[in-house]
Amino acid sequence: MTASTSPDPQTRPVSGAIGVETIGMTKRFGAFAALEDVSMKIEAGGFHALLGENGAGKSTLVKCVMGFYAPTAGTVLVDGREAEITNPKGAQARGLGMVYQHFTLVPSLTGAENLVIARADAPAVIDWAAERADFAAFMGRMPFRLNLDRPVAELAAGEKQKLEIVKQLYLKARFLILDEPTSVLTPAEAEEVLGLLRAMTDRGELSVLMISHKFREVEAFARSLSVLRRGRLVGGGDVGAISRDEMAALMMGERAVRQPIARLGAADPDRVILQVAGVTATDVSGLRHIAVEDLRVRAREIVGIAGVSGNGQKELADVLGGQIRATGGQVRVGGEPYAGTRAESRAHRVRFIPEEPLRNACAPRMSVAENLAFRAFDRRGEDPDKPPTLWLDRRAMGRRAKDLIARFKVKTASSEAAIATLSGGNVQRAVLARELTDPVDLLVVVNPCFGLDFAAVSEIRSRIVSARNAGAAVLLISEDLDEILELSDRVLVMSEGRLVYETPAAQADVGVIGRHMAGHH
Amino acid sequence: MSGAETGGDLGLWTVLLAVIGGAIRVSTPFLFVSLGETITERSGRINLGLEGTLVFGAMSAYATAVVTGSPWAGVLVAGLAGGVFGLLHGTICRFPGVNDVAVGIALMLFGSGLAFFLGKPFIQPSAPPLPAIPFGFWSDLPQVQAALRVNVLFLAGAALAPFLWWAFRNTKAGLVVRVAGDSADAARAMGYDVDRVRLYATGLGGVLAGVGGAYLSLYYPGSWNEGISSGQGLMAVALVIFARWNPLACFGAALLFGGAGALGPALQSVGVTQGYYLFYAAPYVLTLILLVATSSPDRALAGAPGELAK
Repeated sequence: MTASTSPDPQTRPVSGAIGVETIGMTKRFGAFAALEDVSMKIEAGGFHALLGENGAGKSTLVKCVMGFYAPTAGTVLVDGREAEITNPKGAQARGLGMVYQHFTLVPSLTGAENLVIARADAPAVIDWAAERADFAAFMGRMPFRLNLDRPVAELAAGEKQKLEIVKQLYLKARFLILDEPTSVLTPAEAEEVLGLLRAMTDRGELSVLMISHKFREVEAFARSLSVLRRGRLVGGGDVGAISRDEMAALMMGERAVRQPIARLGAADPDRVILQVAGVTATDVSGLRHIAVEDLRVRAREIVGIAGVSGNGQKELADVLGGQIRATGGQVRVGGEPYAGTRAESRAHRVRFIPEEPLRNACAPRMSVAENLAFRAFDRRGEDPDKPPTLWLDRRAMGRRAKDLIARFKVKTASSEAAIATLSGGNVQRAVLARELTDPVDLLVVVNPCFGLDFAAVSEIRSRIVSARNAGAAVLLISEDLDEILELSDRVLVMSEGRLVYETPAAQADVGVIGRHMAGHH
Repeated sequence: MSGAETGGDLGLWTVLLAVIGGAIRVSTPFLFVSLGETITERSGRINLGLEGTLVFGAMSAYATAVVTGSPWAGVLVAGLAGGVFGLLHGTICRFPGVNDVAVGIALMLFGSGLAFFLGKPFIQPSAPPLPAIPFGFWSDLPQVQAALRVNVLFLAGAALAPFLWWAFRNTKAGLVVRVAGDSADAARAMGYDVDRVRLYATGLGGVLAGVGGAYLSLYYPGSWNEGISSGQGLMAVALVIFARWNPLACFGAALLFGGAGALGPALQSVGVTQGYYLFYAAPYVLTLILLVATSSPDRALAGAPGELAK
């Protein structure tokens, strides 16, 4: 027997929490250091929170641990022993599991099929009777109740998230990494899920590393925390020893954060710009239905629609944007029926900024200048009010692009670069530049700041507020409740395809809104 | 009962019997090609080349049967040749930036062309046909007997459909194919080589299409000529969409298409002399009608493998 201080793999317990430590983790993409010399230790049975802004290197760090990326330098210790993890399967074999921000479940398979096929030792012919008995016993020990016989595509976002966690536990993960696990959950669901995971860590069955930017969650459930900024570990310690202000200061570093400009003037009660009356629609999968009885947005008013992802907000936006047809009811803009055609949006000065603008509002491989010209490229002299033309006016397009790039501070190598080469914040700036330069009567925005950094967020929110101050009616559909509360004049809550609650923003109570988002009303 | 009425009665029955018999007889190539294409498409790839594979299978089966005297050797060779075509498609599609539909069309033309080129000497000689089982032995009517002569390959296909349906749910291989077809990212995260899964699925699809071709030349119509398939391989691909990628539904759809294909000859055989050519077009018209009727501008196709939509 060799003299070794670390326990032999044979004698190691096959269950129970394991600890993970990173030593000097560094990851460079070309000249850019996404991660610089990060050493951090998560004890067995710990619940550690990893805080940081977008792009601070949180995802890069956990992807290096999970074997998605090969780190440029640094090592990972699993259970005190150096571990060479080169792919996610190797991580799984060592008891490491990760729940991603996007779902990794296969939509058309049932929950049970997803669990079995994810197992490394799935049998060639599956004995469903035996598997079902196993599941019953396994789910008995699980913190959540789930229906495993339905295809994943039919599950709500919260159920999918729970199934992702259950899957990792089913695969015998003893160290669980969660990437912003509560972004698709209602506040109550988040509490339930994190509470149960915390209880598992307290019993020594599991260690958890949670990426988060919700201070409340971190304080309520994590035991220790680390903060990353620009790829470096800038601080950390036990939860409770660090105040929220200190956490925020560590995350942001020293810089001025621009507050969005104030809302000026009140809504014009007589000018209803957007009116949605009795609209029903079904999404392309045929599974999600919406029924919006009455929604009005007046001139110089921002109406925010809050809700947990997947409760019909996307379908409502798709109806307004003309992507899906309403099966009943009517959308009226400026008193006339509106179906989202190009001619109608031009006539009524409607601007639509969908979520994920690079995918939904841009032609990714076309240049910034061309993307900026989409509104009026087919009009003489790039002017939407002039008659149509067959020939593109390249020179006018270029001039306009340069002007907009300067005015909206779009960072791009040149106006001829493909728009897909821009960062998320700059794509959104370019889209706003295109949509907000001409006078706007109605602006529909969906999750405008998703995945953007602080600087871009405050600037984009300011643009939306100034459009409102200039007299536009704004419908803001967002999954970020803070954004809704910050920008809106009036807050509505959407749940299970219906508008279930309305309150003036000034009197909004987060607890009441949260309850309605969760469907308890 | 007057003579004219009896004649009309018999005529109707004859057409009905002929359509049922035709459904069984004509459906077999549809069935094999569509089952093969179901496997391929469930893995996330479209192989339009199965028309070429079908024609090449028909030629190679016929040639082998002529040379060896054994129709079963013909079926074997057709299956192998089909598998080679499938693997070729799968291999080419592994290269980055290659479009599976374009490769499929190229292979469709390549397969047919190669079959015509190599098959020239085999148009004249006659090959031993595949055996059929006379399930109509109990009847004295020759029409009934003819309708119920069922080829063994039809029975094999009829057994294969429920087997595949079962296998997609109950075997690891079936689930892996579905995972690869629905979410390539998820399959990679589980450590499966998506390209390899699709390569094998396309190969297997080719084997089945080749066997379908063997049926064409060795049983019905039972000879080798250049117009033998008349687009059946392409229609079978459309049939997969209509069957919603479900092997059991493929079986039903193949019978329906087979019956429609038998309508023209059946009408001709009872002496309808006017407009029966219109009914020869029935399978093609049916393809169009069904695809339009079962599609919706507002709905995604239920059951469509997620990777095909990309």
